[in-house]
Amino acid sequence: MSQPIISFRDAVKEFPGRGGRRRARRSAPAVRAVDGVTLDIAAGEIFGVIGYSGAGKSTLVRLVNALETTTAGSVVVDGTDLTGLSEARLRPVRAGIGMIFQQFNLLRSRTVAGNVAYPLEVAGWSRTDRDARVAELLAFVGIADKAAAYPSALSGGQKQRVGIARALATNPKILLADEATSALDPETTADVLALLQRVNRELGITVVVITHEMEVVRSICHRVAVMERGRVVELGDAYRVFSAPQQPVTRRFVASALRDQPSPAVLDRLRGRHPGRIVTVRVDEVSGSSAQVMEVLADRGVHGTIVYGGITEVAERPYGSLTLELSGDDAAVHAALAGLRAVTSVVDHGTAALPVTEGSDR
Amino acid sequence: MRPDLVPLLWEAFGETLYMVLITLAVGGFCGLVLGLGLYLTRPGNLLANRPVFAVLNVAVNIVRPVPFLIFLVAIGPLTRAVVGTTIGIEAFTFAMCIMAAFVFARLVEQNLVSIDPGVIEAARAMGASPLRIVRTVVVPEALSPLILGYTFLFVGVLDMSAIAGYLGGGGLGDFAIVNGYRQYDWAVTAIVVVIIIVIVQLVQWLGNSLARRALRR
Repeated sequence: MSQPIISFRDAVKEFPGRGGRRRARRSAPAVRAVDGVTLDIAAGEIFGVIGYSGAGKSTLVRLVNALETTTAGSVVVDGTDLTGLSEARLRPVRAGIGMIFQQFNLLRSRTVAGNVAYPLEVAGWSRTDRDARVAELLAFVGIADKAAAYPSALSGGQKQRVGIARALATNPKILLADEATSALDPETTADVLALLQRVNRELGITVVVITHEMEVVRSICHRVAVMERGRVVELGDAYRVFSAPQQPVTRRFVASALRDQPSPAVLDRLRGRHPGRIVTVRVDEVSGSSAQVMEVLADRGVHGTIVYGGITEVAERPYGSLTLELSGDDAAVHAALAGLRAVTSVVDHGTAALPVTEGSDR
Repeated sequence: MRPDLVPLLWEAFGETLYMVLITLAVGGFCGLVLGLGLYLTRPGNLLANRPVFAVLNVAVNIVRPVPFLIFLVAIGPLTRAVVGTTIGIEAFTFAMCIMAAFVFARLVEQNLVSIDPGVIEAARAMGASPLRIVRTVVVPEALSPLILGYTFLFVGVLDMSAIAGYLGGGGLGDFAIVNGYRQYDWAVTAIVVVIIIVIVQLVQWLGNSLARRALRR
């Protein structure tokens, strides 16, 4: 991993209990939103933080631009230790980090151009420099024609583009995306994610994506941290996390993004429709490709029909599984199974007459 | 109405305008500052400060419900200390400014509470200082309801000016009582009422159209 641009060391963020400080002292317990996180985010990567609501991911990301400050532990951003810095010293740090939000948080009283110009005004740019930069940014995010429009006249996707343009205005090294696509429809989500990918690739900006949608991690993240109750419970390469999730919570997220494996109910219906042997074979970068799978079946004289499954991309690498009905004589099917096991991982579901329930290896 | 009353009516109109405009300017400004103070120091907000908020909140709650007639008399000593006298148009305008500030403070606060906290967070994330956020986010984002609140304040101030006038401050209220009510000249009272209605309608129309223009939705 290259030099970390963001480093958490035993970072803790505690909020006083509900009803304010006075109540907390008396009875209501404080909430530990972030509970001892140690994490390095490398310069130039797209890093995902996934978790259910209340897992602490929004608080974690707000520690990076000091919208929240740590109760204990430290956060170092681009060489600056934020621990104990005064509010006035934190402002330039914040100005150097872009942030986009689920609800876009655009100023309704300003036009699109006025919104994008806001951080430049804060940074003290001259009017001519601001105008030029705003035009450049609006062209980059593809809404140059909306410069004079007010946010109320924009669609969700357009609003988020304004949000991204605004966040990039002062040439930040880091862009924080807090559930940036959660309020958007699937198609617009894909557009905005593609834009974030361009931001990362063309501008070299480190992107930290907070999400509860594994789909977001699947399509753009290089690495991912899974959060639960304020802690990072799983961390790694997005592809590794998808192909070999360790924690139950991670498995649930992976299952929500990949619907390639038949559920027990689906299996029952498959067995009802297809009398032959039902097997699920994994297709990914490490194990067999679908070409290899078909080759094995042809060699053994077994007919294979694809009855379920799908192959998609995780971190831009192929990943998925196919469920096949194998038909042929018993010996040949056995030989084919052995052959398949040699090239990839296989889950044998048996036949309608003799169902097998194997533990899924995912 | 007797023709010789016309110059007196104009004079009264001028006095009312004087009291109302000064109160709107001074009281309105102080009220805006007080209201911003209430909003900003509220726990969880930009300049959260529980003691300051508590003091402001209690002060507003104490002053606002006092009937203006009683308030006017009750702050006599303060008025004397500041203006030098407790009667006359200047003295009453001073009391009106104070009452207007406290009334407007609550109106301002209530309108600001409706601002989306996400927008303020976004401004903080861009490195804006609290003062800049007040100037460039809080006030512009709530401008439309603030204008409507200010219009509402105008009607309240006009009402106060009539009471002050009755106690000897002059103005339209005083004119209606002295030359109308006490002379059994209902026409005079009616003319004053019509003038006041026209003023209120004009101001309300102006406030509404300004508020609509400020509303970018």
